[in-house]
Amino acid sequence: MILLLLTLVFVILRVIPGDPVLLHFEKAASPAAMNAMRHELGTDKPLLNQYVDYVWGLLHGDMGKSMVDYSPVSQQVMSAFPATLELAIYSTAFAVVLGILLGVRASRRFNSVQDHGIRTFGTITYALPVFFLGMVLQLILGIHLHLFPTGGRTAIGMEPVGLTIGSFHIATGLYTVDSLLEGNLVKFATALHYLALPSISLGLVICGTFIRMTRSNMLETLRMDFVTAAKARGLPNRLITYTYALKNAFLPILTMIGLQFAALLAGAVLTETTFSWPGLGRYLVDRIGFRDYIAIQGAVVLFALLVALVSLVVDLLYAYLDPRVRL
Amino acid sequence: MVLIGGVTILTVVVMTIVSPYISPFNPTAINAGPVLQPPNSKFPLGTNHLGEDMLSRVLSGGSVMLQVAVLAVVICSITGVSIGLMGAYAGGLADKISSLVMDSIYAFPGLVLAIAIAAMLGPGVINMALAIAVVYVPSYFRVVRSQVLTVKELTYVEAARALGAKSRRILTRYILPNLLPSVVVVVTLNFADAILMAAGLTFLGLGVPVSTPDWGWDLTYGRQLLPSGAWWVIGFPGLMIVVTVWGFTILGEGLSELLNPKLREIA
Repeated sequence: MILLLLTLVFVILRVIPGDPVLLHFEKAASPAAMNAMRHELGTDKPLLNQYVDYVWGLLHGDMGKSMVDYSPVSQQVMSAFPATLELAIYSTAFAVVLGILLGVRASRRFNSVQDHGIRTFGTITYALPVFFLGMVLQLILGIHLHLFPTGGRTAIGMEPVGLTIGSFHIATGLYTVDSLLEGNLVKFATALHYLALPSISLGLVICGTFIRMTRSNMLETLRMDFVTAAKARGLPNRLITYTYALKNAFLPILTMIGLQFAALLAGAVLTETTFSWPGLGRYLVDRIGFRDYIAIQGAVVLFALLVALVSLVVDLLYAYLDPRVRL
Repeated sequence: MVLIGGVTILTVVVMTIVSPYISPFNPTAINAGPVLQPPNSKFPLGTNHLGEDMLSRVLSGGSVMLQVAVLAVVICSITGVSIGLMGAYAGGLADKISSLVMDSIYAFPGLVLAIAIAAMLGPGVINMALAIAVVYVPSYFRVVRSQVLTVKELTYVEAARALGAKSRRILTRYILPNLLPSVVVVVTLNFADAILMAAGLTFLGLGVPVSTPDWGWDLTYGRQLLPSGAWWVIGFPGLMIVVTVWGFTILGEGLSELLNPKLREIA
């Protein structure tokens, strides 16, 4: 699967007509200089050799050197990666919690005004371009009400350094985790404050799927015998829905989280651009501006690896939560 | 739902088509009025930082996006349906390989894939449509493949084969008509996604030339104007995208509810 994704990236960036070097210089450099660059990048070799070099390099964690600043792309993408991961974690959490709450609510009041309202809310959030929603939130909550910062990961001088014990240093690159490791609650609060708007925008846009999933699963589960049995024993409704039924409805939702992750990353590219969030998506967009094709390839490869990794984790979790599933 | 969705889309399309005749100003006329005017009687939706009339821009700003969406949907529905048909009908290695390729495209974050392709191909309506089409081919492929696998085992197909009908005839006359209802649903939902993605690509600067009136572009430079509090520059074009996409989503959902009972009878 991973090899397949990597091959796909290769095909798109190398086989599709369009010479990176020619595009990079916009035909302005001398032919000799362009040939030297081609030789440097190895794009003058036959495609098969290029493919082998590319996969071999990736196995060694080598993504080539940037066409703009000539530093290793793998370092650059890895330093941008934690920001994207942090945004992805918080927006998924927001989307799942909101989706489950609204979905359960809609299923309990099946076919009522509330149910229809929640469903309409779901379709409207689906139709919202995340960058538009982001800007509206920036404008209202950031610029007019001054409640939230409108861009960046944290305030200047508030970057957490992580935990240092003697010569041993731990830093995850996730600001909310690092600030806790450092034991600095002010930095933690600042990081959360900066995370709020991007996560809410991205979370809102993808929560529709979770609302729909939860609602239909809950409707099905609430009709099952064990729910009727629990009701007959006189257990309070709230306990039945949130503990008994929701537990059973949760597995398909977990699968959905895995499936939605690719969509989430795509949304993250736009969200990062909107909020000047220094993550992988922003890096990708910046490098497109510079026509830095080696860097573009690196970023796209990392996105592909991320998706493959998450689907693996979800499969493992699934097997753990539902013992009937054997790996 | 079908009605609401249909009327919404029709309104947007008609508005875009007749916009050259009803726009109060040329949408790309710089300094049609003072810069960054909030909505007022002369400029009902205000003006942007170049003094262009936002109403005229909003009226015609869907044109590129709709063209891209139509083109992308046509390209990818034809490709997806034919690959799905042939792969599933032939079975064996052809089916395995096509499924593998389609699954890997499907697993990829769509926008990232489209960005990579669009960056390689360069700007323009056709290139944008191609980039979007590649991303959505698998959604058609999956729907078509799963249905062909059931339908091709049905008795009437077997009867046709026994009567000596050729594969091509069986595919086009016997199997394809059965798939159309579900393909129609995918098409409408695909329109919604294609428009969202076209807006996203334009927003990132991978779409159309700078001077083109386009909702996505309005949002791009509107972002730089945010600190000035010029809500009307992003508000109206953004709302138009939402309304258009929402129209297609509602239409798709309505259609799938309408067509699903029929589908169950067939299967």
